[in-house]
Amino acid sequence: MAETRTLRVTGKEPVADGVVALTLADPHGARLPDWTPGAHIDLILPGGLVRQYSLCGDRWDAYTYRIAVLRETNGRGGSAYIHDGLDIGEAVGLGGPRNNFPVVPAGRYLFIAGGIGITPLLPMIAQVDLLGADWQLLYGGRREASLAFGRDLAGYGDRVHLRPEDRYGLLDLTGFLTAWQPGTRVYSCGPVPLLAAVERACADLPPHTLRMERFTASMLTGPARSAPFEIELARSKTVLTVPAGSSVLDVLAAAGADVLSSCRQGVCGTCEITVLSGEPDHRDSVLDDTERAAGTCMFACVSRSRSDRLVVDL
Amino acid sequence: MKPPISYADPFDHDNLEDPGPLHASLRGAGPVVHLSRYDTYALARYEQVHAALTDWQRFQSAAGVGLSNFRYEKPWRPPSLLLEADPPQHDAPRRVLSAIIGPRALHRLRDQWATVADDLVDRVLSGGDVVDAVPALAEAFPLRVFPDAVGIPAEGRENLLPYGDHLFNAFGPPNDLVVAGAPRIADLSAWVNAQCARDVLSPDGFGAAIWAAADRGDLTSEQAPLVVRSLLSAGVDTTVHGLSAVLYAFATNPEQWQRLRKQPSLARVAFDEAVRWESPVQTFFRTATTDVTVGETVIPDGAKILMFLGAANRDPRRWENPDSFDLCRDPSGHVGFGMGIHQCVGQHIARLEAESVLTALARRVPHIELAGPVHRHHNNTLRAWRSIPVRLHRK
Repeated sequence: MAETRTLRVTGKEPVADGVVALTLADPHGARLPDWTPGAHIDLILPGGLVRQYSLCGDRWDAYTYRIAVLRETNGRGGSAYIHDGLDIGEAVGLGGPRNNFPVVPAGRYLFIAGGIGITPLLPMIAQVDLLGADWQLLYGGRREASLAFGRDLAGYGDRVHLRPEDRYGLLDLTGFLTAWQPGTRVYSCGPVPLLAAVERACADLPPHTLRMERFTASMLTGPARSAPFEIELARSKTVLTVPAGSSVLDVLAAAGADVLSSCRQGVCGTCEITVLSGEPDHRDSVLDDTERAAGTCMFACVSRSRSDRLVVDL
Repeated sequence: MKPPISYADPFDHDNLEDPGPLHASLRGAGPVVHLSRYDTYALARYEQVHAALTDWQRFQSAAGVGLSNFRYEKPWRPPSLLLEADPPQHDAPRRVLSAIIGPRALHRLRDQWATVADDLVDRVLSGGDVVDAVPALAEAFPLRVFPDAVGIPAEGRENLLPYGDHLFNAFGPPNDLVVAGAPRIADLSAWVNAQCARDVLSPDGFGAAIWAAADRGDLTSEQAPLVVRSLLSAGVDTTVHGLSAVLYAFATNPEQWQRLRKQPSLARVAFDEAVRWESPVQTFFRTATTDVTVGETVIPDGAKILMFLGAANRDPRRWENPDSFDLCRDPSGHVGFGMGIHQCVGQHIARLEAESVLTALARRVPHIELAGPVHRHHNNTLRAWRSIPVRLHRK
């Protein structure tokens, strides 16, 4: 049966100054949902903190996810908790994976990473390299010791340009972009000032050349709840309780509501239901940010509720 | 350990006419069976079929999902970017297409298709009580709405069914069915390929949306026509036989028809139950990317593996009374649309088509029953129909 999806921390190690990498697995050893480079997951931490992290491991390994977390000194507690409070063996909630930052097919790529922004680019680089595409990476951070995965990347030789700021100053975007030629895609992830600079540096390139991921404030939504909530079926006026450990889908099925499902991972979209009121807690891989914010539908196999009651069109 | 051996030919006419006994014997023989005739491995139990479908890492599609092994043989047409590709090549085409024909994108078609279905059913009923459900409904509805939705011209649409029929035959061995289709396939392929060109497609359809994705750089312009081709290849015959299956199911299970009439919101459940029960796509192959252990058998690297979706969907280890068509059942989790990254990207279109037709019929037809002998259409991959004469009782 589908349960609220959880992951167990099976590995935790520092990978750079202020950066810890986590390895996550299904508590029962099952396959994890498939993902594509550029995808992130939601980690739902105790107390309902929800944080997004890019998957930076190997998609051919179906049994573990890998993420890297930078300690945010001015953060709101999520990264500090992961660094200081989350131990191997503990469980966290899972949303997604979702991909707003997919790799599009091209013959050439220029990657620009700042700090922890390297994480979504790592699996992209592995993949385009596998496909035999021509690519280069410009990777900046404060110091050599703060460049996560620098040693892994060194294996790619002179395609990789590691540029710690204490030795090289700010990234020379203009110089790097002279390698651009028609058909080259530019992928960038990193702190807001870097993304703004990349955007300016690419302003004269053709539309759709530049692809960036911004983890904006809108993605950092309020706390998720693991508490039970009510679901009201508007057509029959039935009110059901969804316990903490059950999915909406299971509760609906037990009550005889005819909601079809298929993948039970929030991927295929079969179990969509219309939400009339209340605030769904989206944990699927289907909806984009606009659709998630609209809150007018949800996928019953994985999603839950932020409000005490959800009213659905059933 | 050596697996049990079966000398059966799943693609001979007896087994295509009635695959049930073969499926039962394969399921009973073990988790994996060696099909000596084709030197390939068979999975027929739900557990193993489901596991293989979701494990794209070890059960690849890029070596072809038919008997032909692309590692050693040249495919008869350029491989599909979706069906016959694995990550990472599979990612962009799949992503683009699933956005264009995903459940959210189809909402705008719902009212339109309901109107078409009402109109079609009215016209069918005005022609008399006894009709052949295959051409009159199961073929007529998809052929009316789907090519319009893709955006291909009206001319030449009669080529779609024979093209799909040959394509699905070609996943099997080069038997008489493939030989019979061979003389026409060059012309049919040329016609289908011509419909995939940007300037042929209407500006508001799925095809144009695929080309728009290429304009945004989400696909290359070489990929766009092949993704359109996937719609035209996989979107017609499958739905026709899925609709035939659900109509046949209701014609032979009158109490289930009454249940649907009482509760029309069951239309989607009914369609999925029919897809479980009949499995319009019966089989697909995978190829082992390494030595893979299934049960106690090692399937060697490079071996072809035939997954019996139809057998898995009637595996009594997974389903209670699997041979009955029953709307009380929750058919969720059936593998009739596949599972995992290759799961049918058009499943939401198929459900919407079925819902449209069933809702229109249920409103007007109190009773539906067989009105004569039915005839199967044999295809190496599809559980298909030629004729289902039914009597539609009007209000």
